Amino acid sequence: MKIQAQIGMVLNLDKCIGCHTCSVTCKNVWTTRKGVEYAWFNNVETKPGQGYPTSWEDQDKWKGGWVLDKSRLRPRMGNKPTIMKNIFSNPFLPQIDDYYEPFTFNYNILHSSARFATPPSAKPHSMITGLPMEKIEKGPNWEDNLGGTFEERSKETNFDDLDKEMYAKFENVFMMYLPRLCEHCLNPTCVAACPSGAIYKRSEDGIVLIDQDRCRGWRQCVSACPYKKIYFNWKTKRSEKCTLCYPKIENGEPTICSETCVGRIRYIGVLLYDADKIKQAASAVETTDLYQNHLDLFLDPHSPDVIREAKRQGIPDNFMEAAQNSPVYKMAIDWKVAFPLHPEYRTLPMVWYTPPLSPIQEQIESGKIGSNGIIPDVEMLRIPLKYLANIFTAGDEKPIKEALVKMLAMRAFMRIKTVENRTDDSILQGTGLSPAMVEDMYRYMAIADFEDRFVIPTSHREYAYDAFGDKAECGFTDGEGCGSTESRLKNLFGGM
Amino acid sequence: MSLLDKLLYFSSSVEKTADNYVAITDENRSWERMYRKRWQHDKVVRSTHGVNCTGSCSWKIFVKNGLVTWETQQTDYPRTRPGMPNHEPRGCPRGASYSWYLYSANRVKYPMIRGELFNAYKEAKNRLSDPVKAWESVVTDVVISKKYKAARGLGGFVRAEWDEVNEIIAVANIYTIKKYGPDRVVGFSPIPAMSMVSYAAGTRYLSLIGGTVLSFYDFYCDLPPASPQTWGEQTDVPESADWYNSSYLMLWGSNVPLTRTPDSPFYTQVRYKGTKSVVIAPDYSDAVKFADLWIKPRQGTDAALGMAMGHVILKEFYLNKKIPYFERYARQFTDLPFLVKIEEKDGKYLGGALLRASDMENNLDAGDNAEWKPVLVDEVSGSYVVPNGTIGSRWEKKQKWNLELKDSKTGAAISPVLSIIDNHDAVISVQFPYFGGETFKHEHFSASGHKDILERKIPVRRLKTKDGEVYTCTVFDMMLANYGIDRGFEDPNAAKSYDDNLPFTPKWQEQITGVPSQHIISTAMQFAENAAATEGKSMIIIGAGVNHWYHTDMIYRSAINMLVLCGCIGQSGGGWSHYVGQEKLRPQTGWLPLAFGLDWTRPPRQMNTTSFMYLHTDQWRYEKVKLTELLSPLANKQEWEKLSIVDCNVRAERMGWLPSSPQLERNPLQIAREAELAGVPPSEYVVSQLQTGKLALASEDPDEPANYPRNLFVWRSNLLGSSAKGMEYFMKHLLGAQNSIQGKDLKEMDQPLPLEVKWHDDAPEGKLDLLVSLDFRMSTTGLHSDILLPAASWYEKNDLSTSDMHPFIHPFSKAVDPVWESRADWDIFKGIAEKFSQLVEGHLGNETDVVLLPLQHDTPMELSGTTDAIDWKRSGKEIKPGVNFSKIVTVKRNYPLTFKRFTSLGPLMKTIGNGGKGIDWNTEAELTLLAHLNSTVSEEGETKGLPRIDTDIHAAEVILSLAPETNGEVAVKAWKALEAITGLHHVHLAQSRADEKIRYRDLLSQPRKIITSPIWSGIDSETVSYNAGYTNVHELIPWRTLTGRQSLYQDHPWMLAFGENMVTYKPPIDTKSIAAVLNKLDDGEEYMVINMMTPHNKWTIHSSWSDNLVMLTLGRGGPVVWMSETDANTIKLKDNDWVEVFNINGATVARLIVSQRIPVGALIMYHNQERTVNMPISQLTGNRGGVHNSVERLCLKPTNMIGGYAQLAYGFNYYGPVGSNRDEFVVVRKMTKVEWKDQEIVD
Repeated sequence: MKIQAQIGMVLNLDKCIGCHTCSVTCKNVWTTRKGVEYAWFNNVETKPGQGYPTSWEDQDKWKGGWVLDKSRLRPRMGNKPTIMKNIFSNPFLPQIDDYYEPFTFNYNILHSSARFATPPSAKPHSMITGLPMEKIEKGPNWEDNLGGTFEERSKETNFDDLDKEMYAKFENVFMMYLPRLCEHCLNPTCVAACPSGAIYKRSEDGIVLIDQDRCRGWRQCVSACPYKKIYFNWKTKRSEKCTLCYPKIENGEPTICSETCVGRIRYIGVLLYDADKIKQAASAVETTDLYQNHLDLFLDPHSPDVIREAKRQGIPDNFMEAAQNSPVYKMAIDWKVAFPLHPEYRTLPMVWYTPPLSPIQEQIESGKIGSNGIIPDVEMLRIPLKYLANIFTAGDEKPIKEALVKMLAMRAFMRIKTVENRTDDSILQGTGLSPAMVEDMYRYMAIADFEDRFVIPTSHREYAYDAFGDKAECGFTDGEGCGSTESRLKNLFGGM
Repeated sequence: MSLLDKLLYFSSSVEKTADNYVAITDENRSWERMYRKRWQHDKVVRSTHGVNCTGSCSWKIFVKNGLVTWETQQTDYPRTRPGMPNHEPRGCPRGASYSWYLYSANRVKYPMIRGELFNAYKEAKNRLSDPVKAWESVVTDVVISKKYKAARGLGGFVRAEWDEVNEIIAVANIYTIKKYGPDRVVGFSPIPAMSMVSYAAGTRYLSLIGGTVLSFYDFYCDLPPASPQTWGEQTDVPESADWYNSSYLMLWGSNVPLTRTPDSPFYTQVRYKGTKSVVIAPDYSDAVKFADLWIKPRQGTDAALGMAMGHVILKEFYLNKKIPYFERYARQFTDLPFLVKIEEKDGKYLGGALLRASDMENNLDAGDNAEWKPVLVDEVSGSYVVPNGTIGSRWEKKQKWNLELKDSKTGAAISPVLSIIDNHDAVISVQFPYFGGETFKHEHFSASGHKDILERKIPVRRLKTKDGEVYTCTVFDMMLANYGIDRGFEDPNAAKSYDDNLPFTPKWQEQITGVPSQHIISTAMQFAENAAATEGKSMIIIGAGVNHWYHTDMIYRSAINMLVLCGCIGQSGGGWSHYVGQEKLRPQTGWLPLAFGLDWTRPPRQMNTTSFMYLHTDQWRYEKVKLTELLSPLANKQEWEKLSIVDCNVRAERMGWLPSSPQLERNPLQIAREAELAGVPPSEYVVSQLQTGKLALASEDPDEPANYPRNLFVWRSNLLGSSAKGMEYFMKHLLGAQNSIQGKDLKEMDQPLPLEVKWHDDAPEGKLDLLVSLDFRMSTTGLHSDILLPAASWYEKNDLSTSDMHPFIHPFSKAVDPVWESRADWDIFKGIAEKFSQLVEGHLGNETDVVLLPLQHDTPMELSGTTDAIDWKRSGKEIKPGVNFSKIVTVKRNYPLTFKRFTSLGPLMKTIGNGGKGIDWNTEAELTLLAHLNSTVSEEGETKGLPRIDTDIHAAEVILSLAPETNGEVAVKAWKALEAITGLHHVHLAQSRADEKIRYRDLLSQPRKIITSPIWSGIDSETVSYNAGYTNVHELIPWRTLTGRQSLYQDHPWMLAFGENMVTYKPPIDTKSIAAVLNKLDDGEEYMVINMMTPHNKWTIHSSWSDNLVMLTLGRGGPVVWMSETDANTIKLKDNDWVEVFNINGATVARLIVSQRIPVGALIMYHNQERTVNMPISQLTGNRGGVHNSVERLCLKPTNMIGGYAQLAYGFNYYGPVGSNRDEFVVVRKMTKVEWKDQEIVD
C-alpha cells in the first residue's frame, strides 16, 4: 500500500446557479495577462451544449485521455513513440477558433474630442490581430442559458442513446450548469504525454502542475487532457493550467473559485488513496466499472489500520484529521452523491459532481403525489437520467438514480420534520440512508458552513526547509528568498 | 533556469509504486514561487458596489503595488443563527469584475466639457467679465445654444479644470434661479440605499438652493403600486434569509439566481429542508432550474392565473372547509369584514365606497374624523362598530390606533363578522366589470367570450344611513362574488365546478394563460395547505417579470390576495417578497435630514419622475392610449371621455395628489416678492392668484419656455442610457439632440388635444440649458452631457450601503485615493456649493421661496378634502391649501451661505427634532454626540458651534448617529413615540440594544446588524428573520391604510371608475406602436411583430458592466435579443444574425440569440445594454441604434395618480404613476446592411 494524500473538490450542481463568479475571480487572479486572454482555468458551461472549447467531450475528435489497448493502458492520442513522432505537428490540437478569438473594444472613441455624425459606439477589435472585427462570432460561454439552436447544442456526446427529437421541444427543455477546472487526476494523461517531463503531481497534496521553467511548449498535454483544461500561453510559449490555487491551499484556504462560489456549491477536502492500485483501477475492461474502481482506491480515514500505516508513511496528523472530516469523502464515498466527470476517460479525475434535480416533466400531473409526498419522485424529473449518466458514470444510470433518490428522500424527510414537526423513517426505506445520515447530509448540503465546506490542512513547510531562516528572509528575491532553499522536494513532509 | 536548478535535475532520485506505474521524483520546485508571487498582495480593504442590485455585498478589495488588482467576496458577515445558513460569500460575477473599470480605457479621468459650450462661455466671459452674465448670453443666444445642444452625444468633449467646470455649473444654477426659479434646477439620482452619502451630496446641495429632486423607484417601475394600495407601505419585504423559513416557495416573475444572485443560496438550499418550489415564468429562466413545478403562462396574463388560484383557495379553505387560523387572521388583519355600500345606478347594483361612521346617524358617536372611520359588524353585540386602528383614529391620537379587536368607542372586545350570509336581508345581483372579453381584447392575447359586465349574487343587509337606505355587504361577501364562487344562490355566473368556464375559474384561465387547470388547482391547494399547517409559511417571491406591466397592480393584488387569505403576511417564512430595486435604506430617518437639508430648511422640493418626464420630454404629445380604453364598463363615460392621461395628471397635481415640478408658471422667488408688494402672506397670495386664473401650475403649459426644467444634474445614474423610458423623446425634446422618433404627435395625427394642457404647434427641442453628470465610466448619459465630472469609483470613496435582502449595514471605503482627477460625489457637490456661494454674491441673497407640498402620506393631510375627486379649478370650489390643494410653504434661503450650510448640521434638528412615518422624537443627545465625533464649526457666523459635515465620513456619522437603526438610544425613543399613538408597549423590541451606537469605522472591521425600529414593519432579532408586516401582526401596529388593515378593497372613486375596487384580470394594453411603421418595410420583406420583454441582464446590473470587457466576454460581446427557434425560423433568422428592432418610438439593433428556452411570441431584450458598445447604425433611421428604451414610451395609469386618501397618498418614491414597459410590441427584421459611421467629422 502506497498512501497518498489528495486535495479533492466536490461541486454540487444541484445548487449551481450558473453565475460564473468562479470564472471571473479565477480569471482576475490568474489569467488576465497577455498570452492567456482566451484561457479560463475555470469556466462554466450550460448543458446541453458543446462547451468550451467546442466539443471538448468528443474524444474521437480530440483523442484526449486514456484507452485500453490490448488490455494495456495508453494515451488515446498514441503511445510515447507516436507522441514524439507528432511533436512538431500535433494533429489533435484545438485551434484558437475552437476556443474563441479574444476581443476588446476601442473605448477611446467615446472620449474623443472628435465630432461624429451620430453618437459613437466602441467597436470590437481582435486581441490577437488588433484589427476591428465586423462581428463577434464566438466566446468562452457562447451557449450560456441554452443560447444557440438545439441542433448545434445537442451535438455534444452526452445525447448518445437519447431521443433528441423529443428533447428539442420547448415543452421538454432542460438546463444545467457544469463548472469545470483541472481535475488534478490521479492518472493524468497530461503528465504521461509531456515530452519535457515538466508536468508533475505534487506528492503532498496531489495538485498537478506544469513547471514553467521546464515546459518547452510542445502542447502535447493540451491534446492529452480530455477535459481540455491546459492552455497554451502564446506569449511565454508555455502551457498553463489551473493550479488548484496552491498558494492558498498551502495556507489552509480554499481555492479562489471555491471561496467565491456564490452558490456555495464547492467543497474541498482531503482524500487518502492507495497509489499502488491506480493502474489497475484505470484499466477496467468495462468503462462502467471505472466509477466503482475509482471509489475503491480511497482509504477509510477512520480505519485504525489506515491511520497507523499513514502515520508510518509520513502523512502528518493534520492531513489525517482533515481526511477524517473531509466533506469530499462524505459526499463522494460515504453518501455516494458525488461523481467523477467522464470516468471513461480513465484519468481518475478528482473534481466530483453532485447531479442536479430538475422540475417535473411536462406530461407529469402536478398534483400527483408519489412516495415523497408533494416532493417529486425521481421518475418525474425532467433531466433524463441517461443524460446525467453519460456525463458522470459512463452511462450507468443506477448510481445516478440512487443519488437523486437520496436527495429527494432527504427533502421529503426534512419536510415532514419541518412542517409536521415529526420524523418519518419510512421515507428512507430502500434509499440506503439512515436518519442520522440524512441529518448529516442536510448539514453539509443545506446549512453548508464555511468550515464544513472547506477542510484544508496547512502545509508543513517546516519539515522541508530551514523554517527559521526562511521566515527571516521571506519576501526578498535578492538573496535566496522565501522557500528558495527548497530542493530535493520529494515529500514536503520529510521522509516517506 | 539557473545552473543550480539544472544540476538538481540531474541528481533527482526516483521512487516507484509497486507496479512501477507511478514514480515519485525528487526535484527542484522553486519555480512554484511564480504563482505564489502572483497571489501575494499588499492590502485588503472592505468595500462594495453601489448599483441598485439589492446585493449590498461586502467585498475584499486587493491592492498590490498601489494598484487595485482584483476583488473577492468577504466571508466574515455576522453569523445568522444556528440551524440556518450564513450569508457568505455574497456577490456575483458583475461585482467580481468591477476592478476592470478602475484603470480601463473607458474610465472618466478628468472633468470634460462640450467644446462648443466651453468656447462660447469663455468668449462671452472675456467680453462681459461677469460670469453669470456670460452664461446668460450663451443660453439666450438662439444660434449658440442650439448649436451646443444639437452636438450633445456626438463626441466633441474637451478636458477642463475643476475650477472651470464648477464655475460654469454654479453660474448656470444662479442664472436659472434668478430668471426662472430654483425649482427649474433639477437633479436625478436613484436608489440612495446603494450609496447613501453620495446620493445625499447632490440632494443636499439641491435642497439648500431650492432645486427639485426627482424620484426613481416609481419611474423605474420598481415600485409596486399594489403595496401602498394594500398596506400603505412603499415596499417592505422579508430579508432573503427568511426564505429559509418558508416551506412553500413560489417564484413569480422573479428570476432569483440571476437578479438576486448573492441571496439565491437561501432559495436553493431550503429545498433540502423540504420546501417545495414552484416557478411561474413564461420562459425556462435560470430559476426554473430549481423548480419542482414550472408553470409557464403567456407573458402578461399572470393576473388570470392569480385570480384562478384565489378562486380555489377561497372555495376550498373558506367555504368547503374552514381553517380557524385563516378565519382568525382574516377578521383581525384584513378589511374583509368591513362593510361596502352597494350603489344603485339605473336599477342595477354595483360596489361602492366602504361604509363610514359619517354615513350613520350621529356619526355612530365615533368622535373626530368620522368620515375616515370605516364600519364593520360585531358578532358579539350584533351592532355596527368602528374598531380600533382606522386611519381616523391614527390622527385622532387617542391611543386607539392599534389592531386590538376592540370597539373604538367603548373599548369592548369585538369579533368582526366576515360574512353576513347567516344574517342577510336579501340576495341581490351586483354588477362587476369584466376586462377579459372581446371589448378589451388585445390583438396578440387571448380573450374569453364573456360579457363586459358580470352580474353576480351577493347576500346583503339593508341599512339606514343619513342619505337613506342602502344595501351593504362585507368585503368578504363581495370578494367571493368577484371571484365567481358559488354560494348556493342559483347564480348562473357563479361556478359550480372548477371545470366551468366562468371568470375566474381554473378552467377559465386556461384560455387566457395556456396553463392547464390542474396545475392551478394543485398549486393553490398545496400553497394553502402548507400555510394552514405552518400558520402562514407560504411565500411568493415576485418580481419585475410581472411588475413591469401596465396593469401590474392587478397581477400583484391577485397574488397578495392569496397570501392574505392564507394568513402569510407578517409571518416569518411567509409573505410577499417583492424584490425589484434596492429600496430599503435602513437608517432612513438618520439620512433624510442630511440628504434633503432638513436641518436647514423644510420642506424640500421632490417630484415624481414619471409625471415629470412624461410632461417635459413631451411624451404626452404622442399619447395614443385613450382613457375610454381603460375605463370600467360600469363607469360614467361622459365624465371621462373628453379627458386624456395627461389631463388626469394635471388634475391630480391641482388637487394636491401629486407634486409638480416646476411648480408654478412663475418664479417662486418672484411670487414671494409680488406677495410682499401686495402685502399678503405668500400662501394667501398664491391662492388668490390661482383662484382668479392669474396663476397656474407649470404643468398646465409644460412647453412654455418659462416652465422648462433648465439645469439637470445626473449622478449615480445613467438616466439616458438606462432609465429613460421613451429615450428618443428625451433626446428630442429635453436635450435637442439627434433622435429617432418615428411617430407623429396628436395634432399631426388629427387626434383630440388634451383639455388641461396648453398645446403649442411647435414642440420645444432642447429644454435643458445644462446637463451635468458625474460618472466613473463613459455612459450614454455622460456622452450626452454638457459637463461630465470624473467620479471616484466604488473602491475610491467612503460611503454606506444597505439592502432589503440582508440585515446588515456596511461601508464603501477607499482602497486607493480617487485615481486621476476623479473625486468622491461628496467632494464634487461640496466644490460646486463653494463656487456657487462665492459667485452668487450680488445676484441672490436672503430670499423667500414659495414651495408647494402635496398632500403627504403619513401626515394628517392624507385625510384630505378631495375624496369626491372633484378638482377646484373645474368646479369653482374654494382652494384650501393642504386640504384640496398642496400646502403652500414659505422657505427662507440664504444663497451666499449655501456652502457653510452644506458643511454643517443645521439648527432645525434641535428646534424641530427628527422623525418619520408619522412619529417624531427629540434628537438633541445625538447632536451632542455628533459635535464630539465630527467636531464643531469654529468660524464665526450662523454655523458656529454646529457639528461639521466636511467629509464623507462626517456625513456617514450623521446618518448613523441620527438613525434608530444604527443608534439604539434613538430606537428606544422612536418606539416610545409610537407607543404614544398605539397605546401599546413596543420598546422591548429595541431595549436589548439600547446602548449600541454603530460608527463608520466599526463597519470597516465587520458589517453590523441593524437595530429594530418602528420605521420598518419587521424586526431584527436573534430569533426571527426580518419579515415585513411582522410588527403589524405580532405587535398589533395598524397598517397605514384607511381601515388600518390590509386593504383588499379600494373604494376611491377613481378606483371604481377604472374597475379596480376589486382585483380582476386585465389584458396588456395596446400601445399602438406598430401600424404606423409597417409602411417603412420593403415589399416582401420578412418581419415579425412581437411582444418585447426587457428582463434584467445576466452580464450587467442595469447598464453598469455593459461596457465591462469581462462581462462582455462571458456574454456575447454586446447587445443581444433572444427569440424562440420557432419564431426565428418563421422569418428565416439565424443565431447571431444582426437584427433591427423598431416601432413608432424608435429603433435599435442587436444580434439575435435563438434559444429553446424562449416561448413563441416573446422577444427578450435584456434591458439597458448600452449603445456605447458594439452598436451599429439602424437601417431604418440612419442613426446609431438605441437601447431598449428607444422602443418604449411612458404611459401613465390614472389610478396611480390618486392622492390625499389614506394609503393612497403621495410620498416621494412611495406612490405615484409608474413607468411600465412590458406591454410594448416591436417589429423585428434581419439587417441587410451593417454600418458603423465611426469616422470623425473634420470641420
